[in-house]
Amino acid sequence: MSTASPSILTKIQDFLASLRLTMALLLILAIVSIIGTVIPQGQLAPEYLAAIGGEQGNRYKLYSMLGFFNMYYSWWFVGLLSLLSLNLTACSIKRLPGVWRVAFKPDGLLTDSVERSATVCHKLPAAEALSLKEIAVRLRSTWGTASDIEHEGTRHLFVQRRPWNRLAAYVVHASIILIFAGAIIGNLFGFKGFVNIPEGGSAGTYLDKKGGEKPLGFTITCDQFTVTYYDAPGGGQSQMPKEFKSILTLTENGREVPGYKHARVIVNEPLTYRGITFYQSSYGSSGSHTFKAGDPKGGKEVTLTLDSQSSATLPDGSRIRVLESVQDVSPFMQGLHGPAARIDLTPGEGHQHLTVVAFANHPELNRQQAKENGGMVIDYLGGEERPYTGLQVNKDPGVWVVWIGCILMCLALYVAFFMPHQRIWVRQDKDGIVIAGHTTRGQETFRTTMEELLVTIRVNPGKEEQQS
Amino acid sequence: MISPTLFNVTTIFYMASTLAFFAYLAGRNKNIGLGGVALAWAGFAIHTVATGLRWKESYDIGMGHAPLSNLYESVVFFAWSIVLIFGLIDAKYKYRVIGAFVMPFALLAMAWGQLYLPTDINPLMPALQSNWLLYHVLTCFLGYAAFAVACGVSIMYLIKAKSEERGTDAAGGIVSQFPPTKVLDELNYKAIMIGFPLLTLGIITGAAWANYAWGTYWSWDPKETWSLIVWFIYAAFLHARFTKGWVGKRAAWISIVGFAATIFCYLGVNLLLSGLHSYGGI
Ligand code: HEM
Repeated sequence: MSTASPSILTKIQDFLASLRLTMALLLILAIVSIIGTVIPQGQLAPEYLAAIGGEQGNRYKLYSMLGFFNMYYSWWFVGLLSLLSLNLTACSIKRLPGVWRVAFKPDGLLTDSVERSATVCHKLPAAEALSLKEIAVRLRSTWGTASDIEHEGTRHLFVQRRPWNRLAAYVVHASIILIFAGAIIGNLFGFKGFVNIPEGGSAGTYLDKKGGEKPLGFTITCDQFTVTYYDAPGGGQSQMPKEFKSILTLTENGREVPGYKHARVIVNEPLTYRGITFYQSSYGSSGSHTFKAGDPKGGKEVTLTLDSQSSATLPDGSRIRVLESVQDVSPFMQGLHGPAARIDLTPGEGHQHLTVVAFANHPELNRQQAKENGGMVIDYLGGEERPYTGLQVNKDPGVWVVWIGCILMCLALYVAFFMPHQRIWVRQDKDGIVIAGHTTRGQETFRTTMEELLVTIRVNPGKEEQQS
Repeated sequence: MISPTLFNVTTIFYMASTLAFFAYLAGRNKNIGLGGVALAWAGFAIHTVATGLRWKESYDIGMGHAPLSNLYESVVFFAWSIVLIFGLIDAKYKYRVIGAFVMPFALLAMAWGQLYLPTDINPLMPALQSNWLLYHVLTCFLGYAAFAVACGVSIMYLIKAKSEERGTDAAGGIVSQFPPTKVLDELNYKAIMIGFPLLTLGIITGAAWANYAWGTYWSWDPKETWSLIVWFIYAAFLHARFTKGWVGKRAAWISIVGFAATIFCYLGVNLLLSGLHSYGGI
């Protein structure tokens, strides 16, 4: 293959650095981003199949291939963002030298083209204007020292304000790249995970996004978890939670970490140690319960213990799961007392799915229920439920890069829009003085400023004739 | 509680102001134009007091928080922001006619809130209990309001440009009252120069808040994504004037589409899509 001709290379470079590409990319990004807000992201395949189906799931296959279910991480969306970054970089490299020259290396000459592109331009006949030297003195108090340039026999004055405004747009652009960089750092070197800790319990690991158990490097103990509720309008407690609060203690190598004893974590106030942050994220209760199951006609009995989230199989093949438990049923069922558990029974095929209550102090009721349902007799032997706190566990070393990018962007936007670069040129012609001004923003205000300046450099400021 | 009454009075003032601006548009009576502005500012003052009172009243009933926490409160604040931004632009440039194209947005927002939305003060759920709520909502809505003004001005631009093309502008109809297209284009750009940094701040404070509450500054939830869509559109607008062929009418259209996207980001996402931001079922 022969090397590409320079003209094609130049064309590609020009294309990559063009503002047309910027417009196209920004509008394309705006339009395609809509897709991911209409199609729920990151769900499981069966949910999508149920929702869209299509003929033999063809639509599902197509969407899946196009990455619509995880769109913002798909190759083409990331590709568009990369192209935007490339566009930004290419454009900046192409334009920055020129912009730098305009801002920091001005020749200070009031040429015809400057005059034409100026925001305002006034001409004063020699008789009405002060000398250049006098004008420079007037300018000094408000604008600073003007450079006095002699060029091809003509004298020019030049003075400017806030030339660094010209760099602001480039800082905005650099901040976008910085934010991307921070996001990439976070993805490469950080993690997100989850840990549930029962009240009084401890954890030294967390579950990562794929469900794998990873060490934290220290131990975290949940001393207490509480939910408080708003007062109801009529007095008493409402159903509306006011605060979820975990009290945590961190230990490392068997020793308490100073400053992390009984530390408080509530929603919006996380806890950070060694770059790992814990967020109050969910809660629930967990415990274990013991049952005795026996054949109603007598015979072998089994005792089984199960966690509140799991289920177990009884000798007759049905499955048992604990729905809720109480230490004393008397407030709920008149005339009864003692511990009880509401359980979900899924019998073998052909039988109905049931919810029954197993009592600890009323074996006769348990037997009666078994007779009605045709299943095993289940006695509750007791158990306990403890609340647990669910903590989101995060490490993101890139987040500071993102925040610095954000702050830079805001400052630079302010400078770009509200702190304009302003320049004033004065030229001595044979028939008088030409004074021109240019501002990158706020033309009206600048025009007024120039009018006022004009008054101070007139010989006879009282007279209101002027030519422009 | 007297704030509900004051909000009703505010709505009436905005209606009067809107009507005055329409009358001004039709009759070109300077005093009526001035009356429109005066009514808008008077309504704004009452609105401000009412908002302060509602804030205080929420403390009186034991669930104190800034009145920015549900759809009703946000709609009312949106109207407040629109009048504020319009008032400032009017004070600076004194193109009264713009009122006829901007005050209706404020009136619409207020009327919808007062007539159709539940106005109760609700307790704040734990996720909303953060100072970031205030910064986030404040910056977003001031930004939205600036975009509303830009949209109103852009509509005027398109009408004016059309009538200039047809050559009917000199005939002295209502449209000849509009500022020149060059000025409208400039005002559009100015409003977006105010709105864009505010929206940027709004997105950033939202991200910072999400990072405090959930440990994720960006999760591509529909509301976040739509705010980014809006941001892309106005970024395109800002670059339009550096690109040949994307100025004038096209810039006005970008501004209008941008505001449509803004409204969708604000309301459409809550009412039509699901995500983190549903205002607790209105
Ligand atoms: C989402 C992305 C972007 C944002 C938020 C952004 C923001 C800005 C802002 C605020 C300005 C100043 C506008 C003005 O003076 O009216 C600006 C100017 C500019 N932008 Fe961007 N920009 C983005 C992407 C890009 C890209 C991809 C390019 C690539 C070519 C680009 C090229 C330029 C240029 C050449 C200027 C003019 C600079 C000057 O005044 O000399 N921008 N941008």
